[in-house]
Amino acid sequence: MPRIVRHLLLIVVPVVAVFAILPGVYDNHLLLFNFIIFMTLAQGLNVIYGFTGYLPFGYVGFFGAGAYGFSLMVMHLQAPPLVALAVAAAAAIVLALLLTPLFRLSGAYFSIANLAAALAVLQVVSNPNLEGITKGPYGVSLNGVFNPTLSYATALAVLAATLALVIYLRNSHFGMALKAIREDPISAGMAGINVVRERVIAWLLSALIAGLAGGVFAWYVSVFYPETVFSVEFTIFAIVFVLFGGSATVTGPILGAVILYGIYNAVGISTPQYFQLIYGALIMGLVMFLPNGLVSLLQRWGVDVP
Amino acid sequence: MLVYSLLAGLLFGLYFSLIGLGLNLVFGVMRIVNLAHGDFLMLGAFLAFWLFTLFALNPVGAVAIAFVGFMIIGLPLYYLLVPRLLRARDPEMLSFILFFGLSQVIEAVTTIAFGTSERSIPGDQLGRAVTAIASLFAGHPVAPGPVELFGQTFPAAWVASSIASGGAVLLVYLYLYQTRLGYLTRAVMDNRDEAIATGVDVHRVSAIAFGIGIGLAAVAGVFAPFILGSITPAMGGEVTITAFAVIVIGSLGNPLGTVLGGVIYGVSYMLMQSYYSSWANLLPYVLLVAILLVRPSGLLGRRVRNA
Repeated sequence: MPRIVRHLLLIVVPVVAVFAILPGVYDNHLLLFNFIIFMTLAQGLNVIYGFTGYLPFGYVGFFGAGAYGFSLMVMHLQAPPLVALAVAAAAAIVLALLLTPLFRLSGAYFSIANLAAALAVLQVVSNPNLEGITKGPYGVSLNGVFNPTLSYATALAVLAATLALVIYLRNSHFGMALKAIREDPISAGMAGINVVRERVIAWLLSALIAGLAGGVFAWYVSVFYPETVFSVEFTIFAIVFVLFGGSATVTGPILGAVILYGIYNAVGISTPQYFQLIYGALIMGLVMFLPNGLVSLLQRWGVDVP
Repeated sequence: MLVYSLLAGLLFGLYFSLIGLGLNLVFGVMRIVNLAHGDFLMLGAFLAFWLFTLFALNPVGAVAIAFVGFMIIGLPLYYLLVPRLLRARDPEMLSFILFFGLSQVIEAVTTIAFGTSERSIPGDQLGRAVTAIASLFAGHPVAPGPVELFGQTFPAAWVASSIASGGAVLLVYLYLYQTRLGYLTRAVMDNRDEAIATGVDVHRVSAIAFGIGIGLAAVAGVFAPFILGSITPAMGGEVTITAFAVIVIGSLGNPLGTVLGGVIYGVSYMLMQSYYSSWANLLPYVLLVAILLVRPSGLLGRRVRNA
């Protein structure tokens, strides 16, 4: 059996099955939904950070763009949810295209500029002058399309597609090319890889994932404020999940999201500052002692972790 | 209106250059990105607040305590974090994540210790110090109150903060260009490997620069209650972004470009406030992205990127 098929069977099928069955036995559906969203975002960030080494600190900008793309379609054009979801994806991709010049910057400059760009989008969306279009800072309400069952299923489908994409990247020439660019762009270019094109494709895929997640999030919660969907916390969570589990793997970000978001729900909601402390200390410890994440422990013993 | 905006922008700009100065010094010497810069500023602000509340110490006195105290914190912090980082494969990116973690830790600990409520120091505290000093120079008592500059009146606290910021910038300039240690610091900034090869104790120079950088953040923090408004444990993130905007405009790794960046930032911020106030918050972000895209090395900068 080819590796791709094996990984699809071993990872995507169980994850989707678990999250399809859990709503029947566990009542807190919002929590399950958030798990799906965070796994999706972590994998989306993994596509760009794990495989190309660019860390977009403003990743949440695409999530927010998706959420508002969805909401604007529903509010102003009364579009059906799935059409609005397509527009959400398009909104994120358009934003990503606008931001492609940021790739002229390296490392930290890219991250900072991307964060600034996401905050700029938030400032525009939440500006009271645009109340007629975006409802400004007063938030969006989409009662008309509220459908928790269908939106949950859609979120699960988005997650499955995202996982499949990461598995493809793990096991294909394209993913290998991206990693080569990450290690050394000049050598990769010499080896015949079109550095700019491959990078931009990974960037757009990553934005697409966040846009879809944002659209589905808007659909599921249906009432939210601009600060909710542009909260830098989404980016931070996604980054920490990826780092904790192990970037450029399929299982790492899933592990990170399940373990850490689990802990967050156990202690983080009642005492957020203690959780922030644990998070900060965890990030520092990871960077200093385990920069390749949990799965690197297994890899060190010679286990091939997908 | 225009004159007022320009002058207020200049006053704010000098303060903004103080915010950016420490960050830029650290980046220039170590090529690491101190994302916790704003949080050290926040700690400095809290130090000034507590010194004022508990001991009725005037903020002007707090400046010296803040600088020395945070410099002493900065030195061991350097040896704890940085040498390990610099051995890694991609120190710049990792430092970014590491110091982000540090900023979260600082913010969380401060929140646990002091809560999330907003705090402030009465503006006339700084004003009183200004009048005292002005009386000393004029030889006769000067009435307290707002300061008049070119027919425009400004709160005395603004003027005091910007004078102090200008003084701090001047001291850093003297340190870099008139002392032996400053000479070595510039050598490390210019070319780290060659500095090592010629026998410069790079770690000692870097540690001192790191300490000064954090000390400068704390000094900027002392004036934060008067310029940036009330202080909270969560204010650090926004300040870090502002500091970044300032030093990116000025040029990364060039401490004196920071002044240019700060003034450009301050003036454009004030112009926006006067003419398009509802969009003024957008400015730092747009300015940051625009400058990075048009001139990634900043207005006075050399190239910082090769591939």
